[in-house]
Amino acid sequence: MENTNTLPTTTPQQLFLKQWGTTIFVSLTVIAIVIWQYILNANVTEAVLASTIRQSTPLVLGALCGLLGERSAVINIGIEGQMLLGAFVGFLVNVWTGNLWIAVFAAIFTGAVMGLLLAYMSVTLKMDQIIGGTVINILALGLTGYFYQVGLTTKGKMLPIPLGPLADIPIIGPALFNNPPITYATFVLVFLVHYVLFHTKWGLRTRAVGEHPRAADTLGVNVFKVRYVNVIVGGAIAGLAGAFLTLEAVGSFERAMTNGRGFVALAVMIFGKFTPLGAWGAALLFGFANAMQTQLQFADIQVPHQFIGMLPYILTIIVLSGFVGRTHIPAADGVPYEKE
Amino acid sequence: MSEKTTTKENLALEVRHVTKRFPGVIANDDVSFTLKKGEIHALLGENGAGKSTLMNVVYGLYAQDEGEFLIDNEVVEINGPNDAINYGIGMVHQHFMLVPVFTVTENMILGSEITKGTSLDLARAKKEILEISEAYGLEVDPDALIENLPVGVQQRVEILKALYRKANILVLDEPTAVLTPQEAEDLFDVMRDLTKKGVSIIFITHKLKEILNVADRVTVMRRGKVVGHAKPSETDAQGLATMMVGRDVLLEVAKTPAKPTEVVLEVNHLKIKDERDVEVVKDISFEVRAGEILGIAGIQGNGQTELIEAITGLRGADSGEVHLSGEIIPFEKPRYLVEHGMGHVPEDRHKHGLVLPYDLADNIVLNTYYQKPFAGKMMIRDDQAVLKNATELIKRFDVRAPSPHVAASTLSGGNQQKVIVAREFSHPLKVLIANQPTRGLDVGSIEYIHKEIINMRDEGVGVLVISAELDEILSLADRIAIMFRGEIVTIIDAKSATREQLGLWMAGASPEMS
Ligand SMILES: Nc1ncnc2c1ncn2[C@@H]1O[C@H](COP(=O)(O)OP(=O)(O)OP(=O)(O)O)[C@@H](O)[C@H]1O
Ligand SMILES: [Mg+2]
Repeated sequence: MENTNTLPTTTPQQLFLKQWGTTIFVSLTVIAIVIWQYILNANVTEAVLASTIRQSTPLVLGALCGLLGERSAVINIGIEGQMLLGAFVGFLVNVWTGNLWIAVFAAIFTGAVMGLLLAYMSVTLKMDQIIGGTVINILALGLTGYFYQVGLTTKGKMLPIPLGPLADIPIIGPALFNNPPITYATFVLVFLVHYVLFHTKWGLRTRAVGEHPRAADTLGVNVFKVRYVNVIVGGAIAGLAGAFLTLEAVGSFERAMTNGRGFVALAVMIFGKFTPLGAWGAALLFGFANAMQTQLQFADIQVPHQFIGMLPYILTIIVLSGFVGRTHIPAADGVPYEKE
Repeated sequence: MSEKTTTKENLALEVRHVTKRFPGVIANDDVSFTLKKGEIHALLGENGAGKSTLMNVVYGLYAQDEGEFLIDNEVVEINGPNDAINYGIGMVHQHFMLVPVFTVTENMILGSEITKGTSLDLARAKKEILEISEAYGLEVDPDALIENLPVGVQQRVEILKALYRKANILVLDEPTAVLTPQEAEDLFDVMRDLTKKGVSIIFITHKLKEILNVADRVTVMRRGKVVGHAKPSETDAQGLATMMVGRDVLLEVAKTPAKPTEVVLEVNHLKIKDERDVEVVKDISFEVRAGEILGIAGIQGNGQTELIEAITGLRGADSGEVHLSGEIIPFEKPRYLVEHGMGHVPEDRHKHGLVLPYDLADNIVLNTYYQKPFAGKMMIRDDQAVLKNATELIKRFDVRAPSPHVAASTLSGGNQQKVIVAREFSHPLKVLIANQPTRGLDVGSIEYIHKEIINMRDEGVGVLVISAELDEILSLADRIAIMFRGEIVTIIDAKSATREQLGLWMAGASPEMS
C-alpha cells in the first residue's frame, strides 16, 4: 500500500530562496558597498579587499578544520591551540633552517599531531570533547609561551605571486590574483573540502558517521577511522592557518598571536552551516568587516577606537543570531561512539 | 572440519554454542541454531530474550564471548559487519539504521559506494536501485529524503539495502512492528518471493499469527536460551505463546462492558497543517468519556501522528481546540498536560519516549522529577525516592533489566516500551493517550499492558488508544473511530465492528455506501 498522502508544496524556487536568500542578500549588499567605494576611492577599496582576503584566510582554514571534525561528530574547540602551535613550530623551523617550505610543512605536521591528540582523547578515550579541545588550547598557550624567545624573526616571508593578467582585473584582481601561496592554497582547499565532503565516498561516509554512526557501522564503515582521519586532516589545516600567520602574514611570532581566531573560526563554521563554501562566505564577511574597521580607525571620527574594534564581532553576533536561519547540526555531534 | 558436522542437510547458516554476555546479563547462553537454505525461520521469544543480540552477533556488530558460525557448512570468522556482508548476510535492524537527512540513494550505497574516478556515481547508483527495486517489487523513490518517508517505505529501503549488497541470508528483526496489516502482507509476499530466489530468512516477530502465516520453522528463546523448536503446521498461537512465556497466556483479555460517565477529553474542530503546509488533520471532533476506551483505527500516515501530537502538547494546531476535563488546553505545553492528568505513551519511543543515555530510574521520573517526593529540599533531588520508585515500577511492570541504573539504550526494544508504560501509568491520570502501546511487545507483556489499560478504564480514566493493529483495537476499544486522510470517517460501537468492515473503511470506503 502506497502512502502518497503528502506531497511537498514548496516549489524548488521557494526552496532555493529559503536556502540562499540571506546569502544572496548579504553578498549583494557587500558588492554594492564595494562598487560604491571603488568609485569614490579606488586605491583604498583595493586595499580593503586585499585586507579582507588576508583577514579571512586563517578563519576559513580554521573553519575547514572545525567542520571536518564536526561533520564526523567530533567537536573541535582546540582549533585555536592547533593554529597557535602550528604557527610557533613553523616559525621556529624557519628560524633554524631558513627554509619557508620546510617550515610550512612543519606547521602542518604539528597541527596534524594536535589533531591526533584530540582524536585520541575524544574518539578512543571518549573524553568530553570540550575538555579535550581545552586541553589542546592550554597546552599550546603553555608550550609556546614557555619556549618563546623575544626578538626572533623569520628568514623571509611568503611573497605574493601575481597570476599574470588576472591580477590586473579592476576591483577584484589585486585581492584575488596577487596573493602569497598559502592564500591560494586556501582558495583551493575550500573547493577541495567541498568536493570531498559532498561528492566522494569519503565525504558520504564522514557525513553518515556524523549523523548516525551506528547506521554507518552496520554497513561496514569504520566509525573510529573516519573520525580519526577527519580530525587529523582538520588539525593539519589548522596548522596551515598557523603557518599563514607567522610565515605569510606577519613574519614573526608573538605570544598568543592567534588572538581568538580559532574561536571566530568556529563561529564562521556555524554561520556557514557546516559547509566549506558557506564558511568561506562567512569568513569573507567577517574579514570585510574587519578591514572596514581598520579603515575606520584611520578615518577621523569621534568614536573611541575600542568601539570601532568591536564592529566585526557585533556584526558576527547579529548575523549569527538573526539572519542565518536554522542550521542542521550533525545529529551525533559531540557524542562518542559506543560499539556495544 | 568440526567433529559432528551434519552436512547432508543444506544449511545456509549454523550458529553453534554462542554465548554473549553484557555487564550483568547473559544475553545469549549457549545458543545453537540452524537456518536451512530457502526457508523462513522465525525466532520467537519474550522481550529481552536475546533475539536481537544473537542477530547482532551473527551480523558482526557484537563480538561473541563463545561459539562459532558456519556458513554453507564452513566455519567462518565474522569480525565485523563487513565480514557479514561479504558472507552474504543482510540485516534489517529493529530500529532502522537509516540516516534521516540522506536520500534513499545515499543510504543505499553507504559503505558500498559506486564511484566514477574519485566522485560518487549517483546516477548509476540510482539506476541500479531502480533495477533491483523493480526486480523485487519494492517501490522507492531514490531521491526522497528518508526523514520524509513513512516507516513502511523506510522499511522497504532497509530491505533493499540488504538486497543491494546481494544478501542471501536476510535477518529481519521485528520488521512488522511498525507496519500496517496491509504493508505486512506485502512484506510477506516479498519474503516468500525472496525465498524462491534462494534467499534464506530469519524472521523475528512477536505476532504469532504472522509466524503461523509465513514461517517454515520456529525457534523459541527465553532468557537467553533456546527453549524449543516447532513447526507452524503442527502448533497454534496458544501453543507458541505458552512455549515462549512458559505459562498459559491470555491472547485476548476479558473485559466487562464500559460504564462511561462524564466527558474528560474533547476535541473540537481540530485542523493541523504539517511542516509542508499540507492539511493532515481536517476538522476532527470527538470526545472520550471517563471509563471508556476510544480506539482510533487507521493506516499509518492518515494524520493520527499529528492529531495525537497536538492533543499531547507536542505540536500546535491551526484551528480548533482540545478540552481536558472541561478546560481548554494550551498547545505545546506538555507539562500542563502531565499536571492535569494526561498520560501519553508516544508512538516513537526513541524520539519522544525516552532519553536513551539516561538510566531507567531517571527515565521513569522524566515528567515528575521536579515534584514531591523526587524533588527534595533545596532543589536537591532525592535519589533514594527516585530509586525506590524505579525499583517498584520495574518490578510491577516486569521490565527485564539488570538494575535501575542501566542506560535505557541497553534495554531490549520491548523492555524500553515497558519503561515508558511504567512512567505514564504511574502518575494520577484522567486521560490516557496510548499510541501503539504494545508495539514490539511480546504476548505476555501485551496481556499485561492490556489488563492495565482496562484497569485504568475501570478506575474511571478516559482512554484513547491508537493502534495500527486491528486486533488490538478490537480487543481493547469500546468505541472505534476510523481515520482516513485526516478525517474521522465514522465512530462506531466496538460490539458491532467486524475486521472486514473496519479494513474497508480504513482503506477509504465511505460508510454511507455500506
Ligand atoms: N548493548 C547492550 N548493553 C548491555 N545490555 C544489553 C545490550 N543489548 C542488549 N542488552 C541486554 O541483553 C538482553 C537481550 O536483549 P535483546 O535486545 O537481544 O532482546 P530481544 O530478544 O531482542 O528483545 P525484544 O523483543 O524486546 O527486542 C536484555 O536483557 C538487554 O537488556
Ligand atoms: Mg529485539
